[in-house]
Amino acid sequence: MSNKLLVTTTVNGEQREFLCEARQSLLEALRDILYLTGAKEGCNDGNCGACSVIVDGVLTNACCMLAVEVEGSHVETVEGLASGAGLHPLQQAFLEETGLQCGICTPGFLMSAKALLDKIPTPDERQVRHWLAGNLCRCTGYDKLVRSVLKAADAMAARL
Amino acid sequence: MSKTTPDNGFNVVGTSPLRPDGLDKVTGRAQFADDFHLPNMLHGKILRSPHAHARILSIDTRAAAALPGVRAVVTGADFPAVRHELLNQGAAGVLNIREMSENCMARDKALYDGHAVAAVAADNPHDAELATNLIQVEYELLPPVMNVCAAMADDAPVIHENFHPGAFIAPTEKYLPNASRIQLGNGDPAQGFAEADLVLEREYTSETIHQGYIESHITTVIWDSNDYVTVWTATQGQFALRDHLADIIQVPLSNINVVPLEIGGGFGGKERLYIDPVAALLAKKAQRPVKIAMRRDEVFRATGPSSGTYIKLKFGVKRDGALTAAHLHLAYEAGAYAGGPLFLAIMSATSRYNIPNIHIDGFDVIVNKPTMRPYRAPGAPQALFAVEQMIDELAHELEMDPIEFRMQNLMRSGDRLVPGLPLAPIDTEKMLETVQAHPHYQAPLEGPHRGRGLAYSIWFNIGEISSAHIQVNPDGSVALTTASPDLSGTRISLAMQAAEMLGIDVEQVSATVSDTRSIGFSLPSVGSRTTYSTGAVVCEVAQEILQQMCARAALLWETQADQVSVQNGVFSNQTDPGQTMTFNDLAARMFETGGPISYHKTGHTQSFIPGTAAHLVDVKVDPETGKVDILRYTIFQDVGKAVHPDYVEGQMQGATVQGIGMALNEEYCYDKNGCLQNASLLDYRLPTSLDVPMLETVILESPNPAHPFGVRGCGEISIAPPPAAIANAIYDAVGVRLHSMPMSPHKVCAAIREQHQVNMDAQERPSKPS
Repeated sequence: MSNKLLVTTTVNGEQREFLCEARQSLLEALRDILYLTGAKEGCNDGNCGACSVIVDGVLTNACCMLAVEVEGSHVETVEGLASGAGLHPLQQAFLEETGLQCGICTPGFLMSAKALLDKIPTPDERQVRHWLAGNLCRCTGYDKLVRSVLKAADAMAARL
Repeated sequence: MSKTTPDNGFNVVGTSPLRPDGLDKVTGRAQFADDFHLPNMLHGKILRSPHAHARILSIDTRAAAALPGVRAVVTGADFPAVRHELLNQGAAGVLNIREMSENCMARDKALYDGHAVAAVAADNPHDAELATNLIQVEYELLPPVMNVCAAMADDAPVIHENFHPGAFIAPTEKYLPNASRIQLGNGDPAQGFAEADLVLEREYTSETIHQGYIESHITTVIWDSNDYVTVWTATQGQFALRDHLADIIQVPLSNINVVPLEIGGGFGGKERLYIDPVAALLAKKAQRPVKIAMRRDEVFRATGPSSGTYIKLKFGVKRDGALTAAHLHLAYEAGAYAGGPLFLAIMSATSRYNIPNIHIDGFDVIVNKPTMRPYRAPGAPQALFAVEQMIDELAHELEMDPIEFRMQNLMRSGDRLVPGLPLAPIDTEKMLETVQAHPHYQAPLEGPHRGRGLAYSIWFNIGEISSAHIQVNPDGSVALTTASPDLSGTRISLAMQAAEMLGIDVEQVSATVSDTRSIGFSLPSVGSRTTYSTGAVVCEVAQEILQQMCARAALLWETQADQVSVQNGVFSNQTDPGQTMTFNDLAARMFETGGPISYHKTGHTQSFIPGTAAHLVDVKVDPETGKVDILRYTIFQDVGKAVHPDYVEGQMQGATVQGIGMALNEEYCYDKNGCLQNASLLDYRLPTSLDVPMLETVILESPNPAHPFGVRGCGEISIAPPPAAIANAIYDAVGVRLHSMPMSPHKVCAAIREQHQVNMDAQERPSKPS
């Protein structure tokens, strides 16, 4: 226990404190300490994007960041995407456009898509493909994923 | 009961409702195997051979066992000797349990880079990993055998002193020290080639590839004091896992319960066990639950990829376009143990063309690589890469339209397949006519170095054994349980079939996947079989439920059951036409009429149900870099009946992009010592969203008579045509034939340069003095 470090951070708008070892990644802290298992481990070396989260507004592979680095940060995970008002338009669009099959990569794609729409609210197909290129999906062939993100952007634009 | 099947129209089948399990998947709540935890659980890690082929002289685990936090260590010596070496699996063939056990943990020899040699369970995964590094293994290095040609050479090192020939679906016969063989054919090929006006001979190769599911292999096992073993894991087949595990760890089948969790992709690669027996033996030793999660590099090095191949074709054709003869030499890697996808490759290689004189030599070849396992239409993409290029080349040589040439030699229902059985009903012609009439086929190609390619395939979907259980509740809700793990939306496609048959809304049906204790045996979710085969059994169970409910209505109406009819969920009394009752009202009265309403069935469905697909692709080739860009892609697929069309399209598109990856990027790269050099998702390059365009889909529906709604299954076939279609498009674009997969930039460049040189030589020749 003496080797553990105390980290204070904001996760999905809520202040959280946890103890972790210096060698533990943000992904391990989220999954194994805070039990937020939405972010998935697909490769543990930053190549599949299944662990994508947003740290202080920046799209991040949680497997490639140490847990102690999020001291004082704001971390957004898939668990924080839906609000009291219901699903986020991205989640709704993924369901309606069948933008998921097995679902293991889905939380990562949702967070990458959110990071995109936070920056570029009405992206074109090319921009969507560019922002999703760090996430691997082996089931869909990307067609319905891209359509889901474009549909969510339309839904959000219509709402404004 | 007088009527249960729907009229011409469907109420539920053919619509695309939201899938209930999707909600948990978009909110992060779905429980995948890695999200599962038990109190007091240990974490296991596996030490793997760094050598492709080595005798294990000694293993010293003392330092690892002494590390604080380490609770158990196992090696091959902890694995019991198997009682029965061979397990007959009926239509699936004969499995070798001893070899399966040795594949999970090496005994006297490590047979591939990544072969497990020891394992540790510790309080946390970091300590377990540290401990594995303290295990000392002494190896005697042996020469590795890394491809089919080397393995079949006269002086090849022998990998197994003795081996059982592979028997995946069909048996093979031992032929060489590292290879077994199957031979099939019809007619007289020598005579056929003599009758031909044109004979072409070509060679094709491909490299080992991986399914590339994004979720690794993860399992959690409890071995309790009564020798009851419970496994929570992601598997395509909980019963297959149970059966294999029981034989390997030697406990009775009834002591094992396998609980399938959400599965993050499988594509054929998760129907075999790797880490479960290791976790079980660690759990037994430590007397605590043990979880093992493979790292990504372990997934590449030590699971069940798909075969690299060497294929040699000789085809003969008459000037009028009639194929007269073919000889196929198909050599497929089996990996470390015999039993690769050879027979399915043979089935899919030429089935769609009538070739009167044909001989197929198939070889299942042992090499120092992981044991090859099915990958979506196993064996077909490699065979099609060869055969559909040959067909395209023959059409060009004859100056015939490639669709007309295919049409002239087309196999139709009832024609004999190479193994002798007739092609089951399917409209093979309509598929080609649909391609011909499609705007993509007619559209002009604009710009330099652009080309269009076509490939056509038939694949055979599996039926066999499935189980389903339906329970009707007093509130009108229906619980549907099957033993078929849901890889990508089959809970909804099965719920839809139950709803269609029962005449109720799909929202009334909740579908779940059961553990092995709670339902009858079923084959895994493989072979495009879940929506077709399990679906057909679900329909049979729903029919039985309706019969039970008609009898209940008859009791209430004081008439005979055969006087009650049901249509769209409304029961009617034939003797008193005014009397009707809804499904929900009748369900509410179940306890007045005899109690609960439920039914379970383990059914059997027909195998070798054909499905067809044709792919049309436009590419742009950069002659400077050799890079191939996909500009436009149209997938035509006959699925019999699309139960949930959106997810059917998803299957077509997903399979296609796997085929595109295989065509252009993906390959296992080994060094000269047989060590895998690209065991990561950076270096083994799966297609990304930037590598592919939108993918147009055209669903054809020629009904399958073996399913009440005509479903054929749709999961696999569209992985098969892309490599050949892209190769044909590259030829159309730049005039070179690629005979080696993947068609990576350096190979395309080299082929263009070589062609250029040939053209230069041809131009220079006339000026040379004779």
